[in-house]
Amino acid sequence: MKTDNTTDTSKRKFLGGAAAVAGITIAPGVLLQTVQAKPDDQAVSNKVRWGMLIDTNKCADGCTDCVTACNSEHGLAGHDRPETDTQYIRKVTLKDKQTGHVKTLPVMCQHCETAPCADVCPTGASFKREDGIVLVDKHICIGCRYCMMACPYKARSFVHEDVYDQKDHTPRGKGTVESCTMCVHKVDKGENPACVTACNKEHKAMYFGDLNDANSEISKRLKEHGGKQIRADLGLNPGVRYQGV
Amino acid sequence: MKLIRYASIDGNSNGYWGLMALFAAFILAALGSSYFMEHNGHYVTGMTNQIVWGLPHVFAVFLIVAASGALNVASIASVFNKKAYKPLTRLSALLAIALLMGGLIVLVLDLGRPDRLIIAATIYNFKSIFAWNMILYSGFIGIVGVYLWTMMDETVNKFNRIAGISAFVWRLMLTTGTGSIFGFLVARQGYDAAIMAPMFIIMSFAFGLAFFILVMFATYNGTGRELGDAIVNRMRNLLGIFVAAILYFFLVFHLTNLYATEHHGVEAFILRDGGVFTNLFWIGSIIIGGVVPLLMVYGPFCKKSRKALAVASVLVIIGGLASMYVIIIGGQAYPLQLFPGMEVSSSFFDGVVNTYSPTLPELMLGLGGVALSLIIVTLAVKALDLLPVSLADSVADPHHKD
Repeated sequence: MKTDNTTDTSKRKFLGGAAAVAGITIAPGVLLQTVQAKPDDQAVSNKVRWGMLIDTNKCADGCTDCVTACNSEHGLAGHDRPETDTQYIRKVTLKDKQTGHVKTLPVMCQHCETAPCADVCPTGASFKREDGIVLVDKHICIGCRYCMMACPYKARSFVHEDVYDQKDHTPRGKGTVESCTMCVHKVDKGENPACVTACNKEHKAMYFGDLNDANSEISKRLKEHGGKQIRADLGLNPGVRYQGV
Repeated sequence: MKLIRYASIDGNSNGYWGLMALFAAFILAALGSSYFMEHNGHYVTGMTNQIVWGLPHVFAVFLIVAASGALNVASIASVFNKKAYKPLTRLSALLAIALLMGGLIVLVLDLGRPDRLIIAATIYNFKSIFAWNMILYSGFIGIVGVYLWTMMDETVNKFNRIAGISAFVWRLMLTTGTGSIFGFLVARQGYDAAIMAPMFIIMSFAFGLAFFILVMFATYNGTGRELGDAIVNRMRNLLGIFVAAILYFFLVFHLTNLYATEHHGVEAFILRDGGVFTNLFWIGSIIIGGVVPLLMVYGPFCKKSRKALAVASVLVIIGGLASMYVIIIGGQAYPLQLFPGMEVSSSFFDGVVNTYSPTLPELMLGLGGVALSLIIVTLAVKALDLLPVSLADSVADPHHKD
C-alpha cells in the first residue's frame, strides 16, 4: 500500500506539472481565456468567429503595453519616421467635446464581417478567413493601397521601405500593405493575441475569444454588459467591440 | 460633303524631332523617378500612411478621365451623326488611347509592387471596382482600337457605327468606374457620393476636349494644314458648355453636402479652412478652370480668337489637375471620423489634418505619363493617315456661315 501511495503522488505531481507547463505555454496568466487549438490539417471553419472585447474603463491612460507587445511580436521596428512607419495597433485618446471627459483605448484592424478592404482589393490579397480574421496575402498584394483608402478605421500601413529582422510568422514586404493579423499564428495554436496577453498582465482590459460560442468569456461579457462597435453606422459588424465608450 | 483625304505628316522637321526628344526626356525622367521610388520604397515620396495616393494619382486619374473625353469628337460624329466632326474621328480615337496609356503607366509605376502587374491582370476580385476598372481600361483600348480600324479600313467600314456606339457606351462605363473609385469609399467624408460618377463623366468631356483642341491646333499649325473656323467654333461652344456643366456639378455636390450637418466639417475644410486645398479649389478649379475659360469662350472680346480658345483649353487642363488634387489629396487630408463628436488624438495621426508635400520624383512620374500620351500621338500622326489634309470650312462643313 505504501508503495502504491508513493506512486500515486508522483503521478499527480507529474500530471499537475505538465498541466501547469502546458497552461503557461499556451496562455500565460490567462488560463480562463484559452481557446481551442486548431490542428494544422484542419481547415479554418466559420463555426468560430474570433473577436476581441476591450473594456475601456480598465484601459490605463499612458499604458502602451499592447502596442509594445504587438511591435515585438511582429518585428515592427520603426525607422523613426512616424508618418510612414507601420503601426498595427495604436492607443487613441478621446476627449468628449461637451464634457471634457477623456478616455484612451487601443484601435487596430477591427476584423469586419463585411470588410471594405477585402471588397475593394483588386486581386483578393485582402481577405477574410472563415473564422473572421482579416489578413493580407503578401504574395499577391500589388501595393495599390485602395484598401487603405477604404478602411474606415485607419488600420492599415503600407511598407514604405526595406524591412529587416522579420519574424517567421509575420512575413512583411516593401511595397505591400499590412495590418493587425489578430496574431493568427498564435490563435491557430490556441493562444491569445500578443496584445491581449500583455494587457492581461496588469490591466485586464482586453478579452479574446469566440463570438459564436455563447459560453466563451467574451460572449458572456458582451451579453451581460454589451459592447459597442466603432462606426456602427457603417454596418460592418466588426469583430472588435468596446465597452465604456 | 466632299471626300475627306487623310495623310500622315512628314515628321522630318527639326520641330518634330525636337518635340520627340523633349517627350522622350520626360519619359526617361519618369522611369528614373519610378526606379528611385521603388528601389528605396515610398518613404522617399511625399506619400505616407495618411496620404496614400499622391501626385502620381492626380495625374493618372486626370489622364484616364481625359482619355474617355478625348473620344467625344468621334462619338459626336459616329453616334450622333454630326458630320462636321467626321474628319477628326481618327485623331479623337487615337488621342483617347494615348491618354489612357499615359494614365495607366503612371498608375502602374506608382504601385508598391509594379512587378506584380501580371497578378492584377490575371487574378480578379470581382467585388472590387478596381478590378472592374482593369477590365474597363483594357477593354477601352481594345474597343477604341477596333473603332479606329473601322475608320481607316474601307473593308470594315460598315461596322463603324456599331463600333462607335460600343466605344461610346464603354467610355461612359469607364468614367463611371473611375468616379466610383471615390464614390464607393463609404468611410471617407470627402467621397461616398453617387454624384462622383456623373461628375467624373462631365469632367472627362471638358478635359478630353481641351486636350483634343490643343493637339489639333498643334498638329495643324505645325504642318501648315488648313483648319477652318467651322470646326473650331463648334468645339469652342462645346468646351464652354462642358466647363459650365462642371461648375454646375461642383455646385450641386457641395450644396448637398452643406445641407447635411454631418458633412459641415469636410465642407468647411475644402471651401474655407483647408489652406492649399481651399486655394486650389477656388483659384484653381473655379476661377482658372471654370470662370476664366468661360469668359474666354463666350466673352465678346475673345469670341473669335483661336489663341483665346487655346489658352482656355490650357486653363481647363490646369483647373482639371487642381480639381483632381482637391478631390484625391484633399479627400485624404481630412481626417477619418472614427469617433464623431470626440476630439481624437494618437501616435498614428488620428483626428488631425494630414499634410502632403509632393516630391520631384512624383511630379516627374506624373509628367512622364503626359509625355507618353503625347509621344504616342506624335508618332502615330507620322505613321498613320490620321489627319485630314485640309479642314477648311468647305471640307468640314460646306454649309458653314460666319
